[in-house]
Amino acid sequence: MADTALHAADHASDHGHHSSTGLSNNKLAMWLFLGSECLLFGGLISTYMLYRGRVSDGPHPSQIYDIPFTSVSSFVLLMSSLTMVLAVTAAQRKDDRRTNLWLTVTAVLGATFVGGQVYEFTTFIREGLGFTTSLFGSSFYTLTGFHGVHVSVGVIFLLSTVGIIKKNKITGNKSEVVELVGLYWHFVDIVWIIIFTLVYLIPA
Amino acid sequence: MAIIERPGSDTAPAVVTPSQTMGAVKRPVETKGWKEWLFTVDHKKIGIMYGVVAMFFFVVGGIEALLIRLQLAAPNGTILSADQYNQMFTMHGTTMVFLFAMPMAGAFANYFLPLQIGARDVAFPRLNALSLWLLVAGGIVLNLSWFLGGAADGGWFMYAPNSGPVFSPSNGVDYWILGLQIAGVASLIGSINLIVTVLNMRAPGMSLMKMPVFTWMILVVQFLLVFSLPVITVALVLLMFQRSYGATFFDVSQGADPLLWQHLFWIFGHPEVYVLILPAFGIISEVLPTFARKPLFGYPFVVFSGASIGLVGFGVWAHHMFAAGLGPVSVAVFSIATMAIAIPTGVKIFNWLLTMWGGKIWYTTAMKFAIGLVILFTVGGLSGVTHSVAPSDTQQTDTYYIVAHFHYVLFGGMVFGLFSGFYYWWPKVFGKLLNEKLGSWNFWLMVIGMNLTFGPMHILGLQGQPRRMYIWTEARAGEGFFNLGFWNLVASIGSFILAAGVLFFLINVVYTARKGKQAPLDPWDARTLEWLTTSPPKPHNFDRIPVVHHLDEYFHRKYEEDTATHTMKKVAEGEDLIRAEEEAADSDIHLPSASYWPIVLAFGVGVLCMGVIYGVPIMVLGAAIVLFASYGWVLEPSVAEPIDFEPPSADGSTKEIAPLG
Repeated sequence: MADTALHAADHASDHGHHSSTGLSNNKLAMWLFLGSECLLFGGLISTYMLYRGRVSDGPHPSQIYDIPFTSVSSFVLLMSSLTMVLAVTAAQRKDDRRTNLWLTVTAVLGATFVGGQVYEFTTFIREGLGFTTSLFGSSFYTLTGFHGVHVSVGVIFLLSTVGIIKKNKITGNKSEVVELVGLYWHFVDIVWIIIFTLVYLIPA
Repeated sequence: MAIIERPGSDTAPAVVTPSQTMGAVKRPVETKGWKEWLFTVDHKKIGIMYGVVAMFFFVVGGIEALLIRLQLAAPNGTILSADQYNQMFTMHGTTMVFLFAMPMAGAFANYFLPLQIGARDVAFPRLNALSLWLLVAGGIVLNLSWFLGGAADGGWFMYAPNSGPVFSPSNGVDYWILGLQIAGVASLIGSINLIVTVLNMRAPGMSLMKMPVFTWMILVVQFLLVFSLPVITVALVLLMFQRSYGATFFDVSQGADPLLWQHLFWIFGHPEVYVLILPAFGIISEVLPTFARKPLFGYPFVVFSGASIGLVGFGVWAHHMFAAGLGPVSVAVFSIATMAIAIPTGVKIFNWLLTMWGGKIWYTTAMKFAIGLVILFTVGGLSGVTHSVAPSDTQQTDTYYIVAHFHYVLFGGMVFGLFSGFYYWWPKVFGKLLNEKLGSWNFWLMVIGMNLTFGPMHILGLQGQPRRMYIWTEARAGEGFFNLGFWNLVASIGSFILAAGVLFFLINVVYTARKGKQAPLDPWDARTLEWLTTSPPKPHNFDRIPVVHHLDEYFHRKYEEDTATHTMKKVAEGEDLIRAEEEAADSDIHLPSASYWPIVLAFGVGVLCMGVIYGVPIMVLGAAIVLFASYGWVLEPSVAEPIDFEPPSADGSTKEIAPLG
């Protein structure tokens, strides 16, 4: 038993790359990074949950959330996960044109979400909820802002990937690079589902 | 070193003409002198630089400690003002934890982990370099505060709201936040890198349960870091937003909860304690069997107790907060969890004792430090158990008793483990043996100094001397055997004996570099794979990747069991094994190429963070550098293209090295 395992390992090492887990280094690293990110958002969400009802000044959460608007922008973000999946499958089929197309669509949807967030923030500020107004304000903007920055970074990843594929400058396995960007993108979407539920849907 | 080594070929290392990157910057070629170090991605060079940086900060933190002890040596000390004293103990703690202990463990991990698992480098060599340079950037940002208006003064755990803008108006805390944030990112990257390395790049045949204990403990530590660092990142971000941008997270007048910081900090801070001690446990788990000439007693127990210390370590953070008034249920739960963690720790102590039991012990300096750890850590561990009893802890909180406890576990435990590692592995890294006579002075002065310094602190603490008090007065010192004055003086004298011990180490390093004798290939009759290569190792570590059949593979290649007497008989010397490896060497070993980008990116991050204090233009400048370096990084293959070789390489792929990183 042990001998066959050893033999298999020997065999793998003959072909250059071998990895003991079967996952590539890049993918394993991305999973670990996302695991770490869970705790980052965990901390931010906990802070928000602790402070969401603490309004010494300015509007209360129930007074300013515009659930229909945020639902629409959430829907846009979730649809971007679908287009991301299409990009990954296109990359696995080695179809560069479709890959680039779906990556661009994903980026546009992501940018739309960020645009919606900018609009939402400016509306809230007009209604009197500043970053420094109350504990609710500080923790709301920090949590959703951090998520927004993650989406924006994702958009930069997507567009950079498109650019690098177009110039044929990708180092390493192309479909895996797209898949890694996809992992990050889906993670950011999943976090938004949690934030949307906890922040907007459950009343403070 | 040329960027590509090709052992096995008759000619000199292959010449490489690099492709241009970003159309503007060529990657460094034929690096020599200082460039060889600044742009390297070799895990061994990076490991050595980690060690140098950590040692520098050990001396800095040590000087801060000596100033603290000078201030407290006599009543009404005048060496430091109250304000300076606050800065001194804050920076002493911060420096020792984040800039000495973690990087020094990182130095050992970087250097020896790939060697112990039979790999040619870590999974992501450029990220490895980035971790190092980010750490340096973080250390610089932290310590710049001394020259730019005063250092942080809130204690190493920087409780908010005390560290808010009202109570800490200088920029010291801002530098502290930014410095730790950068160092935190460095550790996070490093930990992901090392986990991937261990999980993916072990030599064929090396199952997890055939891994050396040091590698195991480092693996556990990296998991602790991956899941605890983001929590302190959140805490630091909240505090930064409050101090620099007017957020209200810790503003009690707005209804903020002062416990928020404490929870966030200690959810990170307690796993951090095990981040500090487990590498030392790993080191002595290599040293004790080697010098007792016996296999480690109960290898699986040592491994799993280490892993369970890591796991339970995530569930005990609130024992730092017993005095905060958490309520009886929380206190009971955390109290019991804390007691429980003593069990795996005790298991380890007994395993080490039984490893030595009946062994032919060879009292080298490395072994002395390892035995020192077992004894001194046990003392610190026992006072730790007294903290887990909440009523007793409530009495001890913020007294010198706490200071005594964590210095016994961290100095007596961690530092002794690291020193044991220095003496054990020095011949591997530098090819020379540290002097044993100077080593003996080093050890005994440190043992005496450390017990004189931290032993009396138990008494001081139980007598009620608060920690972080910048003076004590004759009138309050009391009388008789337990008077504070006498024991404070003893502690201060002890600290200088301790410093003398460390000085002997530094003298030993210089002496060894100048006059040290060449080390034999296998000076300690060692047991693990890192010795299956030359000292210092070749750039590609192993001439061929070893195939592992046993735990303690190297030992089993040297020894075979004599079936008649059931004893182990030496059948091969280290030299024989190396010769066999060289004869069967792989050809065309491609090593990852040097790169400018890690150091440039780290510099950009430093500039970016300074923008938080010095305004948006600086921030934009930093962001531009970061962006530029990131694109340069992405567009640069980690190994020179096959076409760049002279003559072009037939074998385009790399061996053992990830294509990206």
